[in-house]
Amino acid sequence: MNKDYWRSNLKIVSILLCIWFLVSFGFGIIWSDFLDQFQIGGFKLGFWFAQQGSIYFFVLLIFIYIYLMNKLDKKYEDKSGKDN
Amino acid sequence: MDAQLLTYIFVGSSFAIYIGIAIWSRASSTNDFYIAGKGVHPIANGMATAADWMSAASFISMAGLIAFLGKDGSVYLMGWTGGYVLLALLLAPYLRKFGQYTVPDFIGTRYYSNLARLVAVLCLIFISFTYVAGQMRGVGIVFSRFLEVDINLGVIIGMCIVFFYAVLGGMKGITYTQVAQYCVLIFAYLVPAIFISILMTGNPIPQFGFGDTLVNTDTYLLDKLDKVTGELGFNAYTENTKTKIDIFCITAALMFGTAGLPHVIVRFFTVPKVSDARKSAGYALIFIAILYSTAPAVSAFARMNFIDSVQEVNYQEAPGWFKNWENIGLIAWKDKNDDGLIQYSAGNALNEVKPKFNNNKGSSGERALDNKPDMTNSNEVYIDRDIMVLANPEIAKLPPWVIALVAAGALAAALSTAAGLLLVISASVSHDLLKKTFMPSITDKQELFYARCSAVVAIFIAGLFGIYPPGFVAQVVAFAFGLAAATIFPALFMGIFYKRLNKEGAIAGMLAGLVVTSIYIINFKFINTNLNSSENWFFGISPEGFGFIGMIINFIVAFSVCYFFKKPPASINQMVDNLRNP
Repeated sequence: MNKDYWRSNLKIVSILLCIWFLVSFGFGIIWSDFLDQFQIGGFKLGFWFAQQGSIYFFVLLIFIYIYLMNKLDKKYEDKSGKDN
Repeated sequence: MDAQLLTYIFVGSSFAIYIGIAIWSRASSTNDFYIAGKGVHPIANGMATAADWMSAASFISMAGLIAFLGKDGSVYLMGWTGGYVLLALLLAPYLRKFGQYTVPDFIGTRYYSNLARLVAVLCLIFISFTYVAGQMRGVGIVFSRFLEVDINLGVIIGMCIVFFYAVLGGMKGITYTQVAQYCVLIFAYLVPAIFISILMTGNPIPQFGFGDTLVNTDTYLLDKLDKVTGELGFNAYTENTKTKIDIFCITAALMFGTAGLPHVIVRFFTVPKVSDARKSAGYALIFIAILYSTAPAVSAFARMNFIDSVQEVNYQEAPGWFKNWENIGLIAWKDKNDDGLIQYSAGNALNEVKPKFNNNKGSSGERALDNKPDMTNSNEVYIDRDIMVLANPEIAKLPPWVIALVAAGALAAALSTAAGLLLVISASVSHDLLKKTFMPSITDKQELFYARCSAVVAIFIAGLFGIYPPGFVAQVVAFAFGLAAATIFPALFMGIFYKRLNKEGAIAGMLAGLVVTSIYIINFKFINTNLNSSENWFFGISPEGFGFIGMIINFIVAFSVCYFFKKPPASINQMVDNLRNP
């Protein structure tokens, strides 16, 4: 097994999961009341994160993951000179 | 044309499409039957996953639930979408790389133990049947309200359709029908939402509309809603009423539960390559997010419209939908102050909450009730939250074809999920119980035969659930997610990310999670239901959120137990290494 590949993979996954935690549990729950003092349009910010924003971030996170992993796969494919 | 005729046409033609697809995509081998020959395009798989995932609960019940819960309803929105991030990043690509047919298959192989496999099969069957029961109730409601056929006949028609494409087509048939069902259900969800958004705010995009101002005023919809709900004695719509720790745990239990649901995971076994598994998780979440980001808008519109159209209205002049749903027994009205006007506010209208109708008429012509009114408050209306989405187009006075469309969409949502679940049940019986455990010598052809037989039996049981609905469906949904979070998710996650975990640790962890979660939920939901309130809960965590605690217990037990036993064999190490490679 390629140790570097696995390590880079873990790094990508942990960073993305931190953002995942921040936008849902953080902004949508823990600091939601605090964020409610800010307003975007008719939404209080905390409410928006809880019912809209977190969902958009989730989609975004998966596509960032797809992009980064494809790049990583490509890098290691080129290195080992064979496809899988 | 009237709504009922249109509904027959819409529902009939959508059913014809599903059957047509089933005939076109028959399964010819177990590989086709279990995982559609691994030939499904990621976008198609994303749609199928979305249809598989979005059940009668998502389509029919969720927006109604949020309409009455307000901000607390966010637990469902975040919980049922956030799980896909976990699925995409932590499970789907690796399980696809593993390349087998079922979830218990992975657990049995990774932990080199048939006992682990059996525990997984048990959890899977329990979770899946819990879910199926809910779908069949949805089918029954739609048939009885919109087509005015008997609920039982409706369930039988539903069973026949599912039978057709699940038994004939297996995963292949299900996948392609689910693609069609996704298109029907999302169209049916968006059209009324867009109409209502334009009517109320002038903004054609519901996601923005519900943060917009009401037509011809400077007042934001949500501010108005906060004010109105406050005046009627409810909590303000955009504020939480549950404690933070409870919201946190429920959201987490739903997220980890989602990532551990077998019928969702198995969808990622059907794509051609590992990178496709990642991609299809991404597409699936986009397709799901379209509905889930619309749902809270629908909720806010529905709550506002509902209050506007019944508050202080004379019963005799009440809108038609109010009486239609009253006839089915999902709305009831008790004129507490005998003024003939409908008054809606916080609190239960009736003692014992659920209405018990007798055959008499009240003084305004309403259906009379045997319940005594609950005189501690002035609310006169009982409303079942499940009807909000279905009633919404009528409440907003949309044209009949929209109402017909919603009926077809709700059926698509219920049937697609039911089919996905029935397939996981039949695959785990024929593959994990028979082929891998009790009858290892059967051929591929025989296994396919058994898979079809178990699908038939599963459909039959699901049908019985629909005809004799167990009263505990709502309670057991919490159970399904709790168990998926406390047993299946940790076993899969550690199987990939923690090589040292041996079979003793994994089995002990799963059993610990299973037992603790079950005891907690059964205690509060079935035995000591009168104690089911926050002061008796463990750290104020409701049974709905306890799956998260069960999951933590699973991790702790698995970590501690595994050090007392010897390391997993070298072949398992190799297998995990192989999973981790691109």
